[in-house]
Amino acid sequence: MPEGLDAWQLIVSGDATLFAIVRLSLAVSLSAVLIATITGLPLGAALALTRFPGRTGLIVILNGFMGLPPVVVGLAVYLLLSRSGPLGFLGILFTPLAMVVAQALLVLPIIAALARQTIEDLWREYRDELAAMDVGAAGRVATLLWDSRISLLTVLLAGFGRAAAEVGTVMIVGGNIDGFTRTMTTAIALETSKGDLPLAMGLGIVLIALILLINAGVWGLRVWSERRVGA
Amino acid sequence: MRAPHSDLPLALDEVSLRAGETGILDRISLTIRPGAPTLIVGPNGAGKSSLLRVCMGLLAPTAGGVSWGGRRDARPLRRAFVFQRPVMLRRSVAANVAYALAQAGCPRRLRALRVEELLDSVSLSGLAARPARSLSGGEQQKLALARALARDPELLFLDEPTANLDPAATRGVEEIVRAAAGAGIKIVMASHDLGQVRRLAGEVLFMVRGCLREQSEADAFLDRPSTPEAAAFLRGDIVL
Repeated sequence: MPEGLDAWQLIVSGDATLFAIVRLSLAVSLSAVLIATITGLPLGAALALTRFPGRTGLIVILNGFMGLPPVVVGLAVYLLLSRSGPLGFLGILFTPLAMVVAQALLVLPIIAALARQTIEDLWREYRDELAAMDVGAAGRVATLLWDSRISLLTVLLAGFGRAAAEVGTVMIVGGNIDGFTRTMTTAIALETSKGDLPLAMGLGIVLIALILLINAGVWGLRVWSERRVGA
Repeated sequence: MRAPHSDLPLALDEVSLRAGETGILDRISLTIRPGAPTLIVGPNGAGKSSLLRVCMGLLAPTAGGVSWGGRRDARPLRRAFVFQRPVMLRRSVAANVAYALAQAGCPRRLRALRVEELLDSVSLSGLAARPARSLSGGEQQKLALARALARDPELLFLDEPTANLDPAATRGVEEIVRAAAGAGIKIVMASHDLGQVRRLAGEVLFMVRGCLREQSEADAFLDRPSTPEAAAFLRGDIVL
């Protein structure tokens, strides 16, 4: 299969186009996960530790949003950011920033919902001990986040996997502009339909390799810290 | 910072606790004063654990009042609790003690030294770096004691701390409890082991079905129980 060979050559030769695409994809997905983490972990912790009317409904909705169709999120963000939309004045549609916003919205429910479950499970276990040690609300959140950090790492990984693999939102709000908003997934979709299979396959290989590499890294970190703290 | 006032005497006034239709504690009045350990004895389901939790302030009574040194809303600054199955934080042995010290307001610069002293006092010095969850049941119970002592408590509650331990580990825990009592900490401990009552108790609270039946000196309780239930319990009969 000549396409396969050509794909390897592209990767090994350090093709500039290919690596610009890889760099943008990583930057967008990692930024989105970072934003979703900063907002999603406290949200998950708050949901885990508080009781209020409508909480169960909120949890069901949040869990359901883990399966949000990317194209629908893309459409919603498109409508918000388009020239006539409420946030159109920002002028960020078809920029990497718009892609980060859209992916963060996609990943936020995953991180918040899984973090809520993880933290609530640990809270059930810790509740009596922390009460007996007179730990205040802020201390409880900090303790639970810290002591579930290994599980939360897997939560972040799930969020990253979602962001790195999806094509729908970045295609709609980024526009797949060559050299500006073209990511690995949108490029694969485009090159495949154009018939440039070596570039599509090269990108596919890089995408899978990156996801495997990041997962392996997190796995190693997990094993190392479990050995240290006996989680 | 430490509160200057004392949590003793601990007084319960007509305390009742209900969970839905089920009565757990029934109009219990008692006073716990400084002195030799108080052991709460009685059959399973008598309400010993619930009584301890009310005394600690972990459970609010449905009716009646609890006061610590005459105050009703005292935060548990100088009280500590050791659960029957203590939960180890997912940290090292030393970090578990350091956490308790930090919560109790121990200044950072003194913590390392205090951790060492506390682990030494429960003979766990050699295991400081181990993950707390990898310890045996007896070692976990000793670590829970070190965490509780880290609060520098005036009152220490223990909920059947040796119920799941073998004799050697039981002896280790009892030695720590005795040393704590010797250092002036008031021990309040649930137990259904009469041997343990003989070994440790200065005073006994005898409970059956959520009611307090006797509060007396340990020797008096063991030799001359004043209720038929206590006599039956001491004989080893099944008391329901």
